[in-house]
Amino acid sequence: MLSVSPDPVAEDESATSPYAVRVEDLSITYKTTFERKPTLKQALVRFGRGERKVHTVEALKNVSFDIRVGTAMGIIGSNGAGKSTLMRAMAGILPPTSGNVEVWGRASTLLALGVGFNKALSGRENIVLGGLAAGLSRREVEERVEEIAEWTELGEFIDMPMNTYSSGMAARVGFSVAVHMRPDILMIDEALSTGDAHFREKASAKMAELRDSARAMFLISHGLGSISEMCNDCIWLDKGRLMMRGSPEEVIDAYMTYVKVKKSPTTTEEM
Amino acid sequence: MTASTRERETDFEPVYHRYGPHRAGVPPLVPYFRELWHRRGFATEMSKASMRGANTSTFFGQAWLVLNPLLLAAVYYLLVTILRGRHDPMVFVHLTLGLFAFNLVSTSMSTGTKSVVSAGKLLINTAFPRLLIPLSAVRTALFRFLPTVPVYLVFHLVFLTRVWSPTMFLSLYFFGCLLLFSAGLAAFFATLQVYFRDTSSFLPFFVRIWMYLSPVLWLPENVAHFSKTLLTIIRLNPMYAMLGGYSETIQEQKVPDVGLFVSSGLWAVAVAVIGFLFFISRERDFAVRLT
Repeated sequence: MLSVSPDPVAEDESATSPYAVRVEDLSITYKTTFERKPTLKQALVRFGRGERKVHTVEALKNVSFDIRVGTAMGIIGSNGAGKSTLMRAMAGILPPTSGNVEVWGRASTLLALGVGFNKALSGRENIVLGGLAAGLSRREVEERVEEIAEWTELGEFIDMPMNTYSSGMAARVGFSVAVHMRPDILMIDEALSTGDAHFREKASAKMAELRDSARAMFLISHGLGSISEMCNDCIWLDKGRLMMRGSPEEVIDAYMTYVKVKKSPTTTEEM
Repeated sequence: MTASTRERETDFEPVYHRYGPHRAGVPPLVPYFRELWHRRGFATEMSKASMRGANTSTFFGQAWLVLNPLLLAAVYYLLVTILRGRHDPMVFVHLTLGLFAFNLVSTSMSTGTKSVVSAGKLLINTAFPRLLIPLSAVRTALFRFLPTVPVYLVFHLVFLTRVWSPTMFLSLYFFGCLLLFSAGLAAFFATLQVYFRDTSSFLPFFVRIWMYLSPVLWLPENVAHFSKTLLTIIRLNPMYAMLGGYSETIQEQKVPDVGLFVSSGLWAVAVAVIGFLFFISRERDFAVRLT
């Protein structure tokens, strides 16, 4: 079992708990079918042939860590390392197969465009639905929706169906929702890799502001540069295992050595 | 789902969540339903938004909601008239009442079935009680049903001019049963659709057969001469009790047998409990299945 704890830091004054998130021995295994769209017909055909096609995926294996209030945690790792699964487990979307996740505070919806699920509806309607699903009251949502729409700078597009949006525009809406819902625990998945230069700048500034107000922040990014810039703590996942935890510089160096890539302007920004 | 502890209704700040493995399937139900109630606004808004998306707020959209069941009633009435060889306004009024109510159930089922799968992106990125999704589909079906009420009342006024009685209020009980029953079915088939994506293709056939077996195109009197076993089978159909009670209270000015009340209520509650529990016990798996 891999368990890494941060260096002891001064106890936080927060009345509730010094921790924002505590993950204990978390494993997530799920069974899924090979087919993209499972159907009864295929199930019957397979049953007739006496085959049972179930694919077991071990997305996370015995991951433990704890995050104190005020941490900005970067999560790095190759594709399929379990980064998004870990975020979803902390947001309460994916149930643990074993182990526990404890979260003190309200987690934001993930940024992998949960908003925009119904392309026939406008950006504004999607924002309202996302906010209500996340547990805000109607009044709170109405207060925020203007602010969110304003911040995306989409102009009249905000009231058009989302199937008219470009991927960058949809990403703006998603990011704007995630940061304006005033979550206690902010989770951002691949935020800065979408959007144009202007929006990236604006998003970085907003995240820096939120890092100070939220209880904790998680950032998944392949842009290692933004991790070392934004975060004060970092974990590296590989094939579902927690490989290392430490300061962003150390972890990124170890990760770079492991995947045998030289630190170059390309890797720090685009990887 | 999230077994969260929330101190006050409006308090969002110190929320503590603990997510542990849920082997047994069903999460603690009291916090689940409290959370569900807390987020009911989402179901309402989702239903409103989907109706807006389907242009139901425009004039022709609204007109279609009335026109569609009317045309359906016309088609079935033509069929029944040809088969019986004579025109009977009483049959027409019964048919419209039964058909509109049956449509409520079948629309809830068909929209409910697809609801969870089509909410994919929201579902894999946000934690909320998933039961809200099929319930919102039932709300949509209810609001699509409502415009047919005045249409039926016009027919009632024309063909059953003198049939007005206080028993009509009892129809609300049977209507409530129909609604609860629909919600249970919507939840059940929504879950099935996640595992077998062709459920929604089979469903229309199943629904049509079910309608022929229910007292929509025929009156209970028409089958009275059937053998005892056959009658028992017909009466086992949950729609027999619900639609039978519904039309008796509205069109026959009589208080239905206690049996109809009891079996309607039992069917509705049983299907709702089974459908909801099946859905809730499986909903933690949805995020995995829909990625």
